[in-house]
Amino acid sequence: MQFYRAHVLICGGTGCVSSKSHELKAEMEKELKALGIDNEVQIVMTGCFGLCEAGPIVIVYPEGTFYSQVKIKDAKRIVTEHLYKGRIVKDLLYYESIQQDKIKAVNEVDFYAKQKRIALANCGVIDPENIDEYIALDGYQALIKVLTQMKPEDVIEEIKLSELRGRGGAGFPTGLKWDIASQYKDDMKYVCCNADEGDPGAFMDRSILEGTPHSVLEAMAIAGYATGAKKGYIYVRAEYPIAVKRLQIAIKQAKEYGLLGEDIFDTNFSFDIEIRLGAGAFVCGEETALIESIEGKRGMPRTKPPFPAEKGIWGKPTLLNNVETFANIPLIILKGGEWFSKIGIEGSKGTKVFALGGKIKNTGLVEVPMGMTLREVIYDIGGGCPNGKEFKAVQTGGPSGGCLTKEHLDTPIGYDNLVKLGSMMGSGGMIIMDEDTCMVDIARYFLDFTCEESCGKCTPCREGTKRLKELLDRFCTGKGTFEDLDRLESLAYYIQDNSLCNLGQSAPNPVISTLTHFRDEYLAHVVDRRCPTGVCKALLQYTITDKCIGCGSCAKVCPQECIEPVGKVINEKTNRRAYVIDHTKCIKCGACIEACPPKVSAIITQ
Amino acid sequence: MKKSIADLAKIRQETLRKIQLRDKEDTNCRIVVGMGTCGISAGARPCLSAIVDEVHKRGLSNIQIVQTGCVGMCRLEPMFDVYVGNEKVTYVNMTPEKSRQVVVEHIVNKRVIQEYTIGEVEK
Ligand SMILES: Cc1cc2nc3c(=O)[nH]c(=O)nc-3n(C[C@H](O)[C@H](O)[C@H](O)COP(=O)(O)O)c2cc1C
Repeated sequence: MQFYRAHVLICGGTGCVSSKSHELKAEMEKELKALGIDNEVQIVMTGCFGLCEAGPIVIVYPEGTFYSQVKIKDAKRIVTEHLYKGRIVKDLLYYESIQQDKIKAVNEVDFYAKQKRIALANCGVIDPENIDEYIALDGYQALIKVLTQMKPEDVIEEIKLSELRGRGGAGFPTGLKWDIASQYKDDMKYVCCNADEGDPGAFMDRSILEGTPHSVLEAMAIAGYATGAKKGYIYVRAEYPIAVKRLQIAIKQAKEYGLLGEDIFDTNFSFDIEIRLGAGAFVCGEETALIESIEGKRGMPRTKPPFPAEKGIWGKPTLLNNVETFANIPLIILKGGEWFSKIGIEGSKGTKVFALGGKIKNTGLVEVPMGMTLREVIYDIGGGCPNGKEFKAVQTGGPSGGCLTKEHLDTPIGYDNLVKLGSMMGSGGMIIMDEDTCMVDIARYFLDFTCEESCGKCTPCREGTKRLKELLDRFCTGKGTFEDLDRLESLAYYIQDNSLCNLGQSAPNPVISTLTHFRDEYLAHVVDRRCPTGVCKALLQYTITDKCIGCGSCAKVCPQECIEPVGKVINEKTNRRAYVIDHTKCIKCGACIEACPPKVSAIITQ
Repeated sequence: MKKSIADLAKIRQETLRKIQLRDKEDTNCRIVVGMGTCGISAGARPCLSAIVDEVHKRGLSNIQIVQTGCVGMCRLEPMFDVYVGNEKVTYVNMTPEKSRQVVVEHIVNKRVIQEYTIGEVEK
């Protein structure tokens, strides 16, 4: 490998790849060659940088210059100006990295300055397809450490000390899980990595696999050593082709170096990893359904107990953890559990990755210490709602979580705090909603998802989610009644209490939390037959305001002939009157709005 | 091929040297080469290549090599600044050969080559 004076890091995460980062790389390489400096400048495809909103992202080191939304035609300018002549191309810089003519490096812009990266430490720094770069940043040192200096009990003790909790949703203490899994003796035991990531809007697991796949492999081998397992499975959805490819490359490289396989570092410890592709069903993220799916059966949950630690894959003891959980392990081993437990707050240690989506300026992936407030994440890092709109709510925990409102913004983020407020951490999805979002419609949106994804094994979930969804449909179309509201509420609690797995148990959460925090919006839909935000089209009312000049343009185009000049008198002499819409006949086609002269604009919807 | 723990340590060291410049906080030394039109036409490019090559050959780590624009003393080009800690030394009228000497003397042996510096030349 050669020495390069400059490194150009191009994001190779799914977001940036779809905005053509591969083509950008090819174009830059061509330009570098043309100038004869291709042996001085290295171009590296890395994992996700997190600020997906601004992709494709290009970062040039040693300066740390942060270019955003780079088009293929910009490749030539970056190469000839920056890399050849050393002049930063200012108009391509990320908007925040140039202020009063001072150019900030990538680690100085607000989006990154407040983050703390442990799970994503290597993401956007190394080439994920090059094992040497992972090794350079202490990769596989944790595995060496456990195999040469630690007994399995020591490893488990260290994880317990870190107080790490599962990042897949339930937040179960990881050290305890490893301890339990290590107790069961059998001829075969497994370690399994849950990379199903079914929560719509969450993509931290994908980014970890795309950006630093070896972290997960190393952690799984460590888990194998600690629990006495020889074989690992990674269950990843086939909809993540880049992640799958990078995993395959990583496994191949690790095997070539003898970091996976027989007799690792001549220590008698053997461990092997296989990939299993899932078809992208939400329920297959549930651990027992996932195990069924790995065994080649239809993905439906089993009853627990027995838990996977006792009877998992092929009925054998299985340790199952989430991708992000694993990604924390190597650093915990290297820096010590105590180091990790110093980050965060009581009950929630370390960092958590959140996927910011919805009505927020900086859509993307952020990793922050636990205990940071929602306000800091949403405003300081996320940049708040775009277009000056007001923040209304944030849904944490995806379709299984709940929404939190303005008054919760100063809550320190942690497992227990979020549950107390009726939401949950989940896998770390954060969907931000602004003043234009209808909370009834949002609840319906999530129910639509869970209803679709219910596996059908148990009745409360299969039938219940459907009925919930129908009730929500009634509210959104103006047919809801007070009885419906009661039914909605009691059914929601019934499903919560009676479903087999957590999919059903948590499916009503969006309904319950919107009912708690935004009951007045439900009431508006029922009592006034009105959607305060105007999202539920069926509830819109067209009204002619005082601005009407009585020209009659609207009446001429109305297909229902339901607009008539029966309003107040506009002109005493001619007795001209303002027009009025008969709401009982209006079909809300919108033709009148278009016909109203733009200067007048007297017709509004509300 | 299967690697031993010692092999891994070697890979780690070698690769780290190459990717270290992605860590902005971790630099010992910066070489800033003038790459204005004046610099380039006076022959700054071959100097830059020579520096890169010499740094590579000597296996030096934590060295940033960056370019900058014209600093207004075009008649002294090619020129570059070497920063070690807070100390800055400006070398002028450089050639590829002299550039290599600077890398060896100034950075490896920690001895400033006085006769090439702007102070001497401008006397
Ligand atoms: C419907 C449903 C979907 C789930 N989806 C995921 C998922 O996509 N990824 C994940 O890691 N855990 C998911 N879980 C949680 C897993 O069942 C399990 O708790 C977790 O993978 C354990 O790993 P951890 O202890 O490291 O968090 C899901 C659970 C349910 C009920």
